[in-house]
Amino acid sequence: MKRESFVKLAVVVICVVVAFIAFIKPLAYSIRQGLDLQGGTHVVLEGVDTPQAKVNDDAMNRVVKIMENRVNAMGLTEPVIQREGQNRIIVELPGVKDPDKAIDVLGKTAMLEFKDEDGNVGLTGTDLKDAREETDQQGQNLVSLEFSDEGAKKFADLTAENVGRTIAIVLDGNVLTAPNVKEPITGGKAVITGNRSIEEAHNLALLLRSGALPVKVQVVETRTVGPTLGQDSKDKSEFAFAIGVGAVILFMLVFYRVSGFVADISLMAYVLILLFLLKMLDATLTLPGIAGIILSVGMAVDANVLIFEHFKEEMRFGKTIRASMNAGFKRAFVTILDSHLTTIIASVVLFFFGTGPIKGFAITLGLGAVLSLFTATTMTQYQMKWLIGADIVHNHRLFGASLFSEKAVK
Amino acid sequence: MNRFDIVGHRKIWYTFSSLIIIAGLICMFTKGFNLGIDFTGGTLINLEFENTVDINDIRSAMNDYGLGNSQIQMSGNASSDTKAQNVMIRTKDLSQTERQEVMTDLQNKLGDYKVLREEKVGATIGKDLIMNAVWATLISWLLIIAYISYRFEFKFGLAAVLALVHDTLVVLSVFSLTQKEIDSSFIAAILTIVGYSVTDTIVIFDRIRENLKLHFKRGGDIEELANRSIYQTLTRSIYTVTTVLVTAVALYVFGGDTTKDFAFALIVGFAFGSYSSIFTATPLWVTFREYGEKRRAKRKIVANPVK
Repeated sequence: MKRESFVKLAVVVICVVVAFIAFIKPLAYSIRQGLDLQGGTHVVLEGVDTPQAKVNDDAMNRVVKIMENRVNAMGLTEPVIQREGQNRIIVELPGVKDPDKAIDVLGKTAMLEFKDEDGNVGLTGTDLKDAREETDQQGQNLVSLEFSDEGAKKFADLTAENVGRTIAIVLDGNVLTAPNVKEPITGGKAVITGNRSIEEAHNLALLLRSGALPVKVQVVETRTVGPTLGQDSKDKSEFAFAIGVGAVILFMLVFYRVSGFVADISLMAYVLILLFLLKMLDATLTLPGIAGIILSVGMAVDANVLIFEHFKEEMRFGKTIRASMNAGFKRAFVTILDSHLTTIIASVVLFFFGTGPIKGFAITLGLGAVLSLFTATTMTQYQMKWLIGADIVHNHRLFGASLFSEKAVK
Repeated sequence: MNRFDIVGHRKIWYTFSSLIIIAGLICMFTKGFNLGIDFTGGTLINLEFENTVDINDIRSAMNDYGLGNSQIQMSGNASSDTKAQNVMIRTKDLSQTERQEVMTDLQNKLGDYKVLREEKVGATIGKDLIMNAVWATLISWLLIIAYISYRFEFKFGLAAVLALVHDTLVVLSVFSLTQKEIDSSFIAAILTIVGYSVTDTIVIFDRIRENLKLHFKRGGDIEELANRSIYQTLTRSIYTVTTVLVTAVALYVFGGDTTKDFAFALIVGFAFGSYSSIFTATPLWVTFREYGEKRRAKRKIVANPVK
């Protein structure tokens, strides 16, 4: 029994410490980082006058809004979209896999028109309610369009007038497809066929959803830029973070000695699993996300502290170590559950209602709180059980002393 | 054992908090906040140096003009380079003479350069995002009250949320009073502080709940019980706040210029989040409970007048 417990404890400790030393750095760096930490692609768009539309302040502000829609639809985390001077817009994209393609999407005007054979425009992209990419049963990639109520009426009129003839669906002056009308379409729905890949269909749907630009824009500059926080600040802050984590590990040892060591092993496992989950979720880490991690590590530490404080208190009641530990865990668990559940509830709200940095914060905090609930109650508990089972610590003071010696309260 | 009666002196703590918050509110309405370029927009300067320059040197040159926390991005081959020829700097709006001085200074210290762009740039954080943050936060507060009311009782929920409102107001007050710069990371700092504050409060409330169940005699002294609960959890309160403060202080002392204000917000927030659990939330709960009991007693007297 003694020997078995000791072996189990030793195996866990060695595994966690080795895994931590070996994987913490590569794992941390393999998580995608946002614009503030990693930098990305800096694109400058310029509005140009055309006979149809002149560049003005209002038009540029509308372009900013549409750019926001387009970038968000690409699923990029916390981009920067900023007016520059009179007729330019800066778009900074965090680590895009294929920047050229992204930039291509940004620069498209995306003016959609439905024309009859005589070239009359029946309806435009502003009559759309939604556009989604789909693959039909034949494996064809298409974009399904849904019109607004007014758009549906216009489309019904257009198709009714052109039965037996073709209608051209035109994007930025290029005919995408020109289907033959067999009968009037009154359902307010249509599809655009002829996309080569599902990705192409996706980009087209994205452009149509985000709306046409009010003026023509052209890309005047693209380049790679460093993190918005500054590479110098990032390097320093990374160092500071390492010192902070080191200090927390040291504190736990000073405060709780043997128990503190157990807590440190749990915390190392906690940080590894949290980073691993973030990587699996393909999350993009930004400063708000790191704030969430700092808070969740604080909560994980707090959970351990709560367990040990209850543990010491039970020992002062004169119980055996084993009984103290069981009672301590039971009492601490109620508190840990309440504080963690409150945090999880708040994170879920922030995740679903929040945007940008708020979402980033909510993901790491919520995930961290769920995980901390798990590591504090299982990792710490099993290690403590084995530690006591191994019967290697005989001096009770090695489980940590209190700042305020409290007489047992009955 | 004679311990300091924390809950009994609650008028002192209420006054202390009120003074900070009132001073802060007056300052917020008169001086407002020192908002960073994320909110206000500023000037973008894009320089192409003749020789490669180091971001640290640019930062220290900017620092001489109080512009150390400007957004400085190097445009090199790899985005993690600290050295490059092409440098993009975003600062707050500068006067003509200020800008002239900074530009000359950069030239003296770092060599010749070509100005590629020098233009006004707009804000990157819109009203939408701020309103969205405010709404999301308010909804989360309501749910926190609901959860605590369900697990404890409404008076606990109200006291906990008032304490975190207190902490948010204190941090806002400190930033208005010190005129430290508020940038986009401030939103994350506030959310972190709110999360910490409520977790910290729940630990003490949980102890009060336990004591109420196990040791409370009918008609017992509620202030005594609240004090005892505070002292029973005090070691934990101090250990926990120490560990989070150490991380935030490390970030403040050793971290970069652009994360200093973020770390400062966390330090103030963690300190007050911890303070408020003991000196605001718990006394508030006692106040609510005593108020409730007085009302009940009054009703009883009205219902059964003493003959």
